[in-house]
Amino acid sequence: MKTLLTSLIFTGAIFAQTGAQTGADWLHYQGNQEGFRFSPLTQVTRANAGKLQPLWSYQIDKTDKFEVSPVVRGGIMYISEPPSDVTALETRSGKVLWKYRRVYPDNIPTCCGRVNRGVAISGDRIYVGTLDAHLVALDASSGNVIWDVEVADFHKGYSSTVAPMIVKDKVIIGSAGGEFGVRGYLAAYDAKTGKQAWRFWTVPAAGEPGSETWAGTSMKTGSATTWVTGAYDPGLNTLYWGTGNPGPDWNPKTRAGDNLYSDSIIALDADTGKLKWHFQFTPHDMWDLDSTQTPILVDANWKGQARKLVLFANRNCFYYVLDRTTGEFLLGKQYVRQTWAEPTLSDKGRPTLKAGTTPTEQGTTVYPNSPGATNYQAAAYSPNTKLHYVMTRDEGGVFYSGDDTYKAGSWFLAGRFVSKPGEDATGGVKAMDPMTGTAKWTFETGPSWSGVLATAGGLVFTAMADGDMIALDDATGKLLWRYPMGGKVNADPVSYVGADGKQQIAIASGHAIFAFGLRDTPPIN
Amino acid sequence: MQLPAPFRRLIFLALICASASFAQQGERLYKFHCAFCHGKGDDGMAANLVSPKLPHAPSDAALANIIRNGIPGTDMPASLGMTDAEIRQVATYVRALGRTAPQKVAGDAAKGQAAFDKQCRGCHMVKGSGGVMGPDLSDIGLRRSPANLKSSIVEPDANLVAGWQGITVKTKDGKSVRGIKLNEDMLTIHVRTADGKIQSIAKNQTSGIERAGAKSTMPAFKQLPAADLDNLIAYLFTLRGE
Repeated sequence: MKTLLTSLIFTGAIFAQTGAQTGADWLHYQGNQEGFRFSPLTQVTRANAGKLQPLWSYQIDKTDKFEVSPVVRGGIMYISEPPSDVTALETRSGKVLWKYRRVYPDNIPTCCGRVNRGVAISGDRIYVGTLDAHLVALDASSGNVIWDVEVADFHKGYSSTVAPMIVKDKVIIGSAGGEFGVRGYLAAYDAKTGKQAWRFWTVPAAGEPGSETWAGTSMKTGSATTWVTGAYDPGLNTLYWGTGNPGPDWNPKTRAGDNLYSDSIIALDADTGKLKWHFQFTPHDMWDLDSTQTPILVDANWKGQARKLVLFANRNCFYYVLDRTTGEFLLGKQYVRQTWAEPTLSDKGRPTLKAGTTPTEQGTTVYPNSPGATNYQAAAYSPNTKLHYVMTRDEGGVFYSGDDTYKAGSWFLAGRFVSKPGEDATGGVKAMDPMTGTAKWTFETGPSWSGVLATAGGLVFTAMADGDMIALDDATGKLLWRYPMGGKVNADPVSYVGADGKQQIAIASGHAIFAFGLRDTPPIN
Repeated sequence: MQLPAPFRRLIFLALICASASFAQQGERLYKFHCAFCHGKGDDGMAANLVSPKLPHAPSDAALANIIRNGIPGTDMPASLGMTDAEIRQVATYVRALGRTAPQKVAGDAAKGQAAFDKQCRGCHMVKGSGGVMGPDLSDIGLRRSPANLKSSIVEPDANLVAGWQGITVKTKDGKSVRGIKLNEDMLTIHVRTADGKIQSIAKNQTSGIERAGAKSTMPAFKQLPAADLDNLIAYLFTLRGE
């Protein structure tokens, strides 16, 4: 077997390595569909992590934020580059195999940069959502366009920054545009033809169930977008997806009510897009606390009973555990400093709002600040340690309310926020125990926008706020390795077997992808 | 304030002259900077500019940006020695070209498509269907003139496209890998074969490399009857990336 594999690696098709070892490929945004961001590879361990070295890097020629989480199959890495171009890289050399370069209309409204978080792969196709709110299927060997469909009208403020998700024969694509008063959705398209299969509107239309949670006609500009990839349970055939803030962000007086399904997790039938259940974390949000973090689907013994759980480290500073079959609230515990709610949730998981936290014209100080305790950075779950590794941020904000009149494609914020003056944000990785909602350890990283990767080598990878890539002991949080990449990280690490046959760990830093590995170690056999 | 009639006429004439001068200046600059590749707009070897839609320039700002900076990864270079005002003049001229009537192409596009499906699609993709040994032609009617299309079919060696070099790599274990070279450095060659697979070959494992060099991997269709050639060009000219 070793001879054959060596031959394949050095002379043969790098595609042929697919499946050579469990976890050789990184096929989904979060590694698996359950959202773990966990690599079962064990070539890099606690014992040798200190010898990790950069193997190659690839620089993009844009200056927008580089938020990609790559996918890798058969030694080829597929990345999106801002705004939503796609590049295929060979992972022994970092060389470009092909590029898809899209021509974009001028003046696409975007809230937070011309960014994209990644592509999806299925069969011989690569799928990317575009800044101008299209979904495009590309040929995986050439980057040629197979089909290109408009998912929503970018003139109205819609865009796609989320990495699509493949579920059976469908491509699932979410929406962005929550700062423009769009109506959020999650949509499924036939992977072969590009024909829409279903669309779930995350804000009900007037008269539909949930519309009573919006005053007057305010649901028409309700936002609740779906801009980070969700999770899928094949056994329950259910999609789990987080939703964003209600619109407008900071002046809620026009939208009295809970504002469903904003700041929620929605559980949808993957075939039909029908809602099975929902759980709203932050009813009537006034601080832009999108619940778009990827849900993590774990089966565990919960108080003596085997249950299917969903873990959710929320931007609103509470850590949640729900039953993913029913949506039943099981645990909710504050894990980062906050002042918007009483520290104890109700037995149904509903927060009790504290007085004096509504944004005002003069400004109201609230913890967390708008970026929240967590944001789009990926968390990781290790089935070995049974810990949930979460990049967290601790910062206060001052929230100002104002007035905005909705105009399609224009900002619809009705206010603004600033970081609390005189106080620096802090942050770190917390190793959360889902059974208790408490951190087993915390490693201070500063307020980093890096996601977290866990591996079966007993490691947790992430990046410090200043752009240093680090490896931590997954049991203790002890620092084992550090490499200064020289650029801040707005992206998530991945791990796979590269075209060199070795375990690599890759991440986007600044405007480049860095791949790390053990130079003097033979290929995995 | 109401100006006296003679003054109004003078200003009107001045505007007309300025406008004409602007257009003439654009044409002069175009001939100097652009015509070498773009010809008169629709008879060059570069993008066909006699089209209301330019794939890389959906807006005037994008067009000016392309004239200023070129299109990375293509043969379109950045301009040298033009001021912003001159770039605007060229852009205005190019947009005017786009408003002129497109060439009438002889031939039957439907028959041309049938011929394409039979003889060309195995290597060239159109609208998501076809091979990957040659460039995707989904918007070739926007990017090439009929004359250039004809030349490319009859004499492909004279119309080599960057990035499509053919290569055959022989390995020490007796394999022969033939395809399009995607990359080559000191250590590795990446080749895409006709089945769409991408192969990464370590150079120290090769026994020989044959390069197509200045020869296109596309066969020359010199024997194609004139009517068939017209049909094929008529079809290709309809491909506008829509």
